[in-house]
Amino acid sequence: MKEILNYFQEIFSAIRSLTTGMKVTGKYFAINAFTDKQVFTQKYPENRKELKMFDAFRGEVIMTHNENNEHRCNGCGICELNCPNGSIEIIAKKENNEDGKAIRAIDQHVYQLAMCTFCGLCIKACPSNALDWGQDFEHAVFDRSKLTKVLNQPGSKIQKDIKE
Amino acid sequence: MIENREILLNDPNSERYLVNMGPQHPSTHGVLRLVVGIKGETVDSVQPHCGYIHRGIEKMCEHITYPQIIHLTDRMDYLSAHQNNHAVCLAVENALGVQVPERVQYIRTIMDELSRIASHQLWWATFGMDLGALTTFFYGLRDREKILDIFEESTGSRFLQSYYTPGGLMKDIHPDFQKHVKEFLVYFRKLLPEYDQLLTGNVIYRARSINMGLLSKEDAINYGVTGPSGRGSGFSCDVRKHKPYGVYHKAEFNEILRTEGDVHARYMVHMDEMRESMKIIEQLIDNIPAGDFIAKMKPVIKLPAGEYWQSVETARGELGVYIVSDGNKNPYRMKFRSPNLSNLGVLEKLSIGHKIADLIAIGGSMDYIIPDIDR
Repeated sequence: MKEILNYFQEIFSAIRSLTTGMKVTGKYFAINAFTDKQVFTQKYPENRKELKMFDAFRGEVIMTHNENNEHRCNGCGICELNCPNGSIEIIAKKENNEDGKAIRAIDQHVYQLAMCTFCGLCIKACPSNALDWGQDFEHAVFDRSKLTKVLNQPGSKIQKDIKE
Repeated sequence: MIENREILLNDPNSERYLVNMGPQHPSTHGVLRLVVGIKGETVDSVQPHCGYIHRGIEKMCEHITYPQIIHLTDRMDYLSAHQNNHAVCLAVENALGVQVPERVQYIRTIMDELSRIASHQLWWATFGMDLGALTTFFYGLRDREKILDIFEESTGSRFLQSYYTPGGLMKDIHPDFQKHVKEFLVYFRKLLPEYDQLLTGNVIYRARSINMGLLSKEDAINYGVTGPSGRGSGFSCDVRKHKPYGVYHKAEFNEILRTEGDVHARYMVHMDEMRESMKIIEQLIDNIPAGDFIAKMKPVIKLPAGEYWQSVETARGELGVYIVSDGNKNPYRMKFRSPNLSNLGVLEKLSIGHKIADLIAIGGSMDYIIPDIDR
């Protein structure tokens, strides 16, 4: 007799446990059916224009340029030394400044996005704050060679207040 | 392994089969290959084969400087990236004798606990999915998203944060960090009972977890099973309690211990640890002192020659970092004692005699992260 009672008790407690769980899922089902309160996903490609990443977001390494197309990189190569993957290469050149003195400047600041692990050591190490994080995260391309980027814009110059 | 194969080859009438589970099996949560010997549906041997995601992180560390090592440790146990960073940073700081600012210690401890909650949420989500409760996956990931947003706001990255650096942090926390963490705690306190209603009391879950995969305290100690898996067997192994680092000594919290040692005990340790983590964060979040977010460090960090050891409690157990330095700017040898490798060793002992579907439940409860096993 006791065994039969236990048997039915087990069945009832099992059903009760299932309904407890169903209550939770049912609640969200009802909320989702009638309101937008529980929508946690974004319609990504459609909301591209409104999509704003956090300020600190690490999308890619960029070189900041001011409105006169001047950057702050003097080609010292500290970012290259600090990069753990060798994704930065600086091609330097000699340039004459206004006094006619030859100074070291960058010809190309080559950044290989495909090798970058976004650790941020180059940006932290830069003594003249020439590098910064970009917000762009759509890096998919059809050709691998497009992932090798030159960070200094064509025709850009070094800012005057940056020491050699 | 070879012995088993010979038995199979020699005896065509043998009822024993060797079945490969993985390396692409979804329930192994990564590229872990288990060669499972089964008789009928009963498991009689489990042999893990590692190495499918071996990247040679320990060897790579020998060629790069200490600040550069940090970003590699993210990629071991990726769900406890903050704690992995913490281990290396503490090892380097202790070797140099650097005192990091108190603000850094507070932020590090809070970030560690946040990532522990996030990791346990993901564990709960996938563990439910392993047992067939697909709903848990969505609910767990929904709440984890809130923590990832907090991480992204302050560190710039959701997953592989690389936020700590020897001497401090990469950048200061976002001004809204405290506000958002408090909002999350209120939000999650309300939702944690739902987790219990959904899975903990569920009759199917209980039938599949109670008295399943029993791990005795002796075995836990012998195999070095740490973390929630070890504490589910009564092995008091919480590094935060025994060798406090950060500001854990200032927070009041309990080490969750259960004595049953089955799948359900490990599950309950995970659930209770989320509550304890919230308790720690609540005590610390209002007391973050003002100050620098990085101590003054030399531009090139060179450790004095010698051997250094530091262990921290990640979401899965004790992570140890062992550095042998010869005085150069890169380590002579770097060794990580990863919790998952030790936890994997005990899997065969737990699952012999159980059905093959229970192997999934047992493996899920041990919370393996495969890149941490292989490194």
